[in-house]
Amino acid sequence: MARAPLFLARQGYRRRRLADMARLMPVLGLALFLVPLLDANGGFGAGMLIYLFTVWFGLIAGTAVLARRLCVAAQQQDAETATTGAGAGNGAGADPEGRR
Amino acid sequence: MIAFNLLVAICLAYVVFLFGVAFLAERRAARGQGGWLRSSAVYTLSLSVYCTAWTFYGAVGYAARSGLEFVTIYLGPTLVLIGWWWTLRKLVRIGKTQRITSVADLISSRYGKSNTLGVIVTLIAVVGTTPYIALQLQSVTLSFAVFAPESATRWGAGDLNATALTVAAGLAVFTVLFGTRNLDANERHHGVVTAIAVEAVVKLVALMAVGVFVVWGLAGGVGAMLERIEASPLAGMPVVPGRWMGLTFLSAAAILTLPRMFQVLVVENEDERHLATAAWAFPAYLFLMSLFVVPIAVMGLSEMAPGSNPDLFVLSLPLAHGRDGLATLAFLGGFSSATSMVIVAAIALSTMVSNHIVMPLFLNWTRAGATMSGDVRTLVLRARRVSIGAVLFLGYLYYRLTGGSEALAAIGLISFAGVAQVLPALLGGILWRGATRTGAIAGLAAGFSVWAYTLFLPSVGEGAVMGARLLAEGPWGIGWLRPQALFGLEGLDPLVHAVVFSMAANVAAFVSVSLAGFPSPMERLQGAQFVNVFDHSTAGQGWSQGRAEAEDLLLMTQRILGPVEAQGLFQRAAAGQGKQGYLPDITPEFLQRLERQLAGSVGAATAHAMVGQIVGRSSVSVEDLMRVADETAQMMEYSSQLEAKSEELARTARQLREANEKLTGLSVQKDAFLSQISHELRTPMTSIRAFSEILMDGDRLDPAELGKYSRIIHEESLRLTRLLDDLLDLSVLENGQVTLHAQPVNLHDLLDRALAATGSPVGGGGLHLRRDPGAERVVLVTDGDRLSQVFINLIANAQKYCDAAVPELTIRVRAAHGAVAVDFIDNGSGIPAQSQAIIFEKFSRLSDPRSAGGAGLGLAICREIMVRLGGSISYLPGQGGAAFRVSLPLRRAEAA
Repeated sequence: MARAPLFLARQGYRRRRLADMARLMPVLGLALFLVPLLDANGGFGAGMLIYLFTVWFGLIAGTAVLARRLCVAAQQQDAETATTGAGAGNGAGADPEGRR
Repeated sequence: MIAFNLLVAICLAYVVFLFGVAFLAERRAARGQGGWLRSSAVYTLSLSVYCTAWTFYGAVGYAARSGLEFVTIYLGPTLVLIGWWWTLRKLVRIGKTQRITSVADLISSRYGKSNTLGVIVTLIAVVGTTPYIALQLQSVTLSFAVFAPESATRWGAGDLNATALTVAAGLAVFTVLFGTRNLDANERHHGVVTAIAVEAVVKLVALMAVGVFVVWGLAGGVGAMLERIEASPLAGMPVVPGRWMGLTFLSAAAILTLPRMFQVLVVENEDERHLATAAWAFPAYLFLMSLFVVPIAVMGLSEMAPGSNPDLFVLSLPLAHGRDGLATLAFLGGFSSATSMVIVAAIALSTMVSNHIVMPLFLNWTRAGATMSGDVRTLVLRARRVSIGAVLFLGYLYYRLTGGSEALAAIGLISFAGVAQVLPALLGGILWRGATRTGAIAGLAAGFSVWAYTLFLPSVGEGAVMGARLLAEGPWGIGWLRPQALFGLEGLDPLVHAVVFSMAANVAAFVSVSLAGFPSPMERLQGAQFVNVFDHSTAGQGWSQGRAEAEDLLLMTQRILGPVEAQGLFQRAAAGQGKQGYLPDITPEFLQRLERQLAGSVGAATAHAMVGQIVGRSSVSVEDLMRVADETAQMMEYSSQLEAKSEELARTARQLREANEKLTGLSVQKDAFLSQISHELRTPMTSIRAFSEILMDGDRLDPAELGKYSRIIHEESLRLTRLLDDLLDLSVLENGQVTLHAQPVNLHDLLDRALAATGSPVGGGGLHLRRDPGAERVVLVTDGDRLSQVFINLIANAQKYCDAAVPELTIRVRAAHGAVAVDFIDNGSGIPAQSQAIIFEKFSRLSDPRSAGGAGLGLAICREIMVRLGGSISYLPGQGGAAFRVSLPLRRAEAA
């Protein structure tokens, strides 16, 4: 029975941390989007507007970079799976698209 | 002001253009051309059905009324999309592997293909979406009204209604034409999606054009604009934390649960990689859509007449400045927003209605009805077309009934809150294997009722369903049941109040009923496949055993898919099994595949029911599930057994190797023994033969010689006898056949006897004895004869081998630690260290055998005797001569 290995080589390790970053994005986004509540009663000035849109843009850019990297990583994994055959890596043998 | 008729003409031209785009896209897709139709850009743009007319026009109005709060409607979806790795990726994968057709189908399929759940979710979706469609119709008619010639009598209500009806009818035609071309959810609606993508571009360009015009054309640059914002009434509007969080949550939930969003996100998804692009591109789209909202609102408030509708600033601002072209573009943007939403919502709802309401009813009615090839397919398509018409008509009806009131403007969020009730069942279904069907039903029912009671019914208008009295005092005067202040929680925003209470009731019911209940096998099977979709890309076994006739199944499949496709499917399956013709063997795998194929057309519950009708039994039992689990467990058990066996084998091999070595050693020993014994036997035999030959021809021998020779023969035969006796003795001892006669004996007497036997009485002979008679008075229970044999042997050895000038033998007796030790120590040169290990072996003689006349068996016999007696004999080094210690356990004596 092919079990997922407990430790991975450098590449696989990077891939997992990339996924971790992708998971963290919405948490970060939520935290940043709740900032306007800290100054809720005073209304909002142009500064708050600029802050909100800057944060928003930053999140989009970050997600774009991460998504691109994750896709490249998934393709690499596909290639590895194709060369090493089924059952290689973290159970990717049962996952033909390899995009976990 | 642009002529009204021209506007209508432009609008019509735009509609014709959209029809053309959809038609071309369909045709290209049918020919297998047009890779761009399947690109991630089209996918991302199609997600823009989220931005309806309510956001196109309404966002500005919202900002003008409540300030920054409007942005939460976009922040929620942004959070969900940038968190695509959590949920969306899983949803899309599940949608693909399970051939999900709608959000109702997802819920129904996850919870054991339960049609009850499908119906509930469909009803929630219809109730939640109808007002929203009405809202779109209203916005289109209102935007028309803006352009209506003021000179003519004010556009009457009748004209507005006529416009709404025309728009609804046009949309129905478009949707029926391009939305019901095929049944299978996994065949994309390329025409519709492409048209929507075009509309997405139009509305983005329109809104940004108006925004650019406002910022650079009217305000005079970014800096000036920011100053105007600071000075505007918007800047003073406080952010209400409750609403901010509640709306962010609602809009995040909506992107997952709104039927139209599910349709474009999951059902129309072509490739999972498109999601990775949409994860950032769609938030970017929302970002651009909301970038100019505040500037437009601020400029509108400062420039337009105080009473003008802020919802229409996007149109009225350019119009007021004579920018007819820009206004027309904005109008087309709004029109696009409204129509794209209505089209996709109608498709999604019609799929749900036909699959979860019409099909089950049909199946019930025609249990034994005629089965015509393709009849179900025709029926489903017809049902979808009728449903599209019905949904749009409902929307129109709602619009007419509420009379385009202000209440309609608030309906967007109310509708979000209603559809969000699906969220717990949806997320629980894909993340938690313990979620059950009854739990989902309980959660949906609880959440939906609380939503209806606290938000929907009060919103319909005071006095319409709920009287003012009820709102103010609660039902039957029970204060804590007031719809907008449950449990006396007053002062909360009604929307936030409703969201908090409905979601709390929903989640509580869902979780508690799920925890308490026990799911059916089908639910558990589906649950495992949904939650672990990334581990189980292969289908789980839904059917334990096929008893159906292949022909019946083919007949049924033809009814749904049509003859050509059905026959192709069966032929492929038969070929896969290595069979000719159209009828494959009915294996569980085939049933599973067939059911999934059908599910793509009529939904999981209906497909399951139809296959079940023919197979004729419930598909899977707890026993089947257990068996699958058992097989896995058995495999693991087997492999661990193998591991244990191989370890055992290794151990055995090691033991065998050791045994082999021992055997080889024994064989060598045996050979050595044999050669020794033949040597020992041969030496006396040789002398006996030689002397007997002399005697035979010995006439000339004198009596003295005769006597000498015969004595030699006698002595040699005695030696032979002794040797044979010893050998016999040793073999008896070694085989354990010896009988011991245990009796109490005095050690002192034994030693005396042994010394007498060796002819060395105390102080006599050549050997000087040193004894301690006091210590020797020990009584042992043992075989005295055997023990004295050992003593005799040791004393004789000392006599024979002690090479001191004045030979001396010390016999020391010591009783300690439950044992008696008798040491025989002489004062000779002793035994060299390297020989000490072998002196107890057979035939081990250190000096020349002749000189001693022994066969070298004495000490070997001694050792065997001592082992039989339960004691031991060992060489005692470092005593100044040869020293042997004979040990016997004392407890034998005590026991006597």
